[in-house]
Amino acid sequence: MTERSFNVNIPVLTRVEGEGALDLSIEKGQISELRLRIFEPPRLFEKFLEGRSYMEVPDMVARICGICPVAYQMSATQALENILGLQPGPWLSAMRRLFYCGEWIESHSMHIHLLAAPDFLGFSNAIDLAGKYPDIVRRGLRLQEAGNAIIRLLGGRSVHPVGVRVGGFWRAPSTSDVASLLEELQTLLPEAEALVQWTATLPLPDGQQDFESVSLGNAGEYPMNQGRIVSSHGLDIAIADFEKEFSESHVPHSTALHCHHQGQDYLVGPLARMNLNFSTLPDSTHKLAIATGISFPSANVFHSIVARALELHLAMSEAIRLLQGYEPSDSPYQQGTPRTGIGFGATEAPRGLLWHRYELDETGSIVSARIVPPTSQNQARMEADLRTSLNHFGLDKPEAQLRQHAETVIRNYDPCISCATHFLKLKIQHI
Amino acid sequence: MNNSLPRIAVHKFASCDGCQLAFLNAGEALLTLSQRAEIVHFTEAGWDAPLAKVDIAFVEGSISTPHDLERIRAVRESAKTLVTIGACATAGGLQALRNGVQQSAEWVADIYASPEYIQSLPESRPISAHVIVDLELWGCPVTSKQVLSALGDLLKGITPVNSGEPVCVECKRSGHACVLVTQSQPCMGPVTRTGCGALCPAFGRACYGCFGPAEQANTASLANQFKHMGLGPKDIARRFLFITSAASPFSDTGRHYLEQDRD
Repeated sequence: MTERSFNVNIPVLTRVEGEGALDLSIEKGQISELRLRIFEPPRLFEKFLEGRSYMEVPDMVARICGICPVAYQMSATQALENILGLQPGPWLSAMRRLFYCGEWIESHSMHIHLLAAPDFLGFSNAIDLAGKYPDIVRRGLRLQEAGNAIIRLLGGRSVHPVGVRVGGFWRAPSTSDVASLLEELQTLLPEAEALVQWTATLPLPDGQQDFESVSLGNAGEYPMNQGRIVSSHGLDIAIADFEKEFSESHVPHSTALHCHHQGQDYLVGPLARMNLNFSTLPDSTHKLAIATGISFPSANVFHSIVARALELHLAMSEAIRLLQGYEPSDSPYQQGTPRTGIGFGATEAPRGLLWHRYELDETGSIVSARIVPPTSQNQARMEADLRTSLNHFGLDKPEAQLRQHAETVIRNYDPCISCATHFLKLKIQHI
Repeated sequence: MNNSLPRIAVHKFASCDGCQLAFLNAGEALLTLSQRAEIVHFTEAGWDAPLAKVDIAFVEGSISTPHDLERIRAVRESAKTLVTIGACATAGGLQALRNGVQQSAEWVADIYASPEYIQSLPESRPISAHVIVDLELWGCPVTSKQVLSALGDLLKGITPVNSGEPVCVECKRSGHACVLVTQSQPCMGPVTRTGCGALCPAFGRACYGCFGPAEQANTASLANQFKHMGLGPKDIARRFLFITSAASPFSDTGRHYLEQDRD
């Protein structure tokens, strides 16, 4: 084996949230430097929130992410209602779960088909993939649209929905809209089943690793909008205690903050959720999971795409269940009275735990806000994974293969699309 | 690839990625698009050739870093037609709320432990502040219909229709009850460009201006109406200084009331 020294630079990573890059230096056959650089321009949302009314928060935080605005709206409303002393009743809890199902379906289908699948089948984009596998890509686009349709039912539009307010939804969906959406989802459910089976046949690399999975849990259901924060290392805390266990630090090469649990990297997202909440899957999804032959909890991070497909199936099944039991409400929202206080919200964005903290003054103005997105939590894990995976893959492999493998590893985490991981341009420096 | 097809690019600057979803959420139209045009740059979807010559470049996001400034000049050089998509590219976006704020450098320090590593221009500005823009599509977000219809027209050599009429007109056509008149909600519909489908009034809530100013928007008059409805200067300012705070006349009216609040 030659002990080469060279750099692999990926100046623009695509298919993640924000703009990012990867710098990798290999000296004498060893990784001497590995940096996942996130250079998405800072947009200072937490500061813009200060001084605004609590009622403006759902519309503002949606703009953090066009792919998962629902997650931002759900974590924010939970935190603010926590301050106002509002408790969502059964109707609202059901509608919020339905709303979240829409976002999981939309986001997961987009990631599986448009971003991740080309990696495993040797294509550079979904259009080329569709040239060979048109039915697969079309199925993905149909599922993505079904997710968007659920979001539109409650939110009016799928990107930056307008239907959400602190206290609930501005309006309840009509029974006729519910009926037609229900019919559409029932027709599509077999396609979601087929999707799970298909992801399990993909030639996924072996990526056994030792990591801590973190997600919401102990919620009595597969977690979306509520629960405690639990981990595979035995953590079990109230969401209000997040800051006692988790800390963010700023590394020079990134405009995203790195989050650690007791100084260690950890995993959030579909695989972490599946690992921690497998026993809460509804029967139909559970059976599909068993049929994949993969046993959860799984230590192979590349099983994320299968976990994502299973969650998509779960979200379709849950959406159908919730729509079947739908009854319109005369009071789709509760009115709150502003008061001083601090509140916390944590929900499961498609990419993982999304934690918010707000402080309000007596007029309902935001005094301070703190938002910890999933991509910042996964950043340290992605770097650790890259070190392990690339060593395992073989640093003596041709550089083009190393680059492709590095991209595949990064994309597997679905770093929120505006964050960028796709094009690894090689700049080789023999040291 | 068919070399005779028109070439298009989609570029991203400071944004949430939501406007690029106009392409990625288009379903079947995304697949047929590849038969009408050759996509040469669209990093989110898998193409990376930022400097390739194209017929049409779609640009999402605002210019907020020195590097962005270099990039947008290169985009302009490479494209025959440059189309901005969304509030960030067209008006500086929500992140333009930092423009003119004295302490925005302190904000960076509040969020980032090592602010010296954060490269940022003093203001977040629209694409048109730096290069010539051929067509501006407003909206936060733009819709698939809006973007694909503009693209279709451009491919046929037709100048796309870009309506500047207010939400009010569309709202009336849709038969929604006026939330301003019947519920005294501070609706921005009279001064906001339509294109959303008058969504907020359909949900029984006031428009919050996410498509930016309509043509000939009388913002001063609407602000005065808000005042008569009992809104204080700070509340009025916040209505105008939100998603498109850097777009005139929202910016002028908003700042006017912000100053009143300080007095």
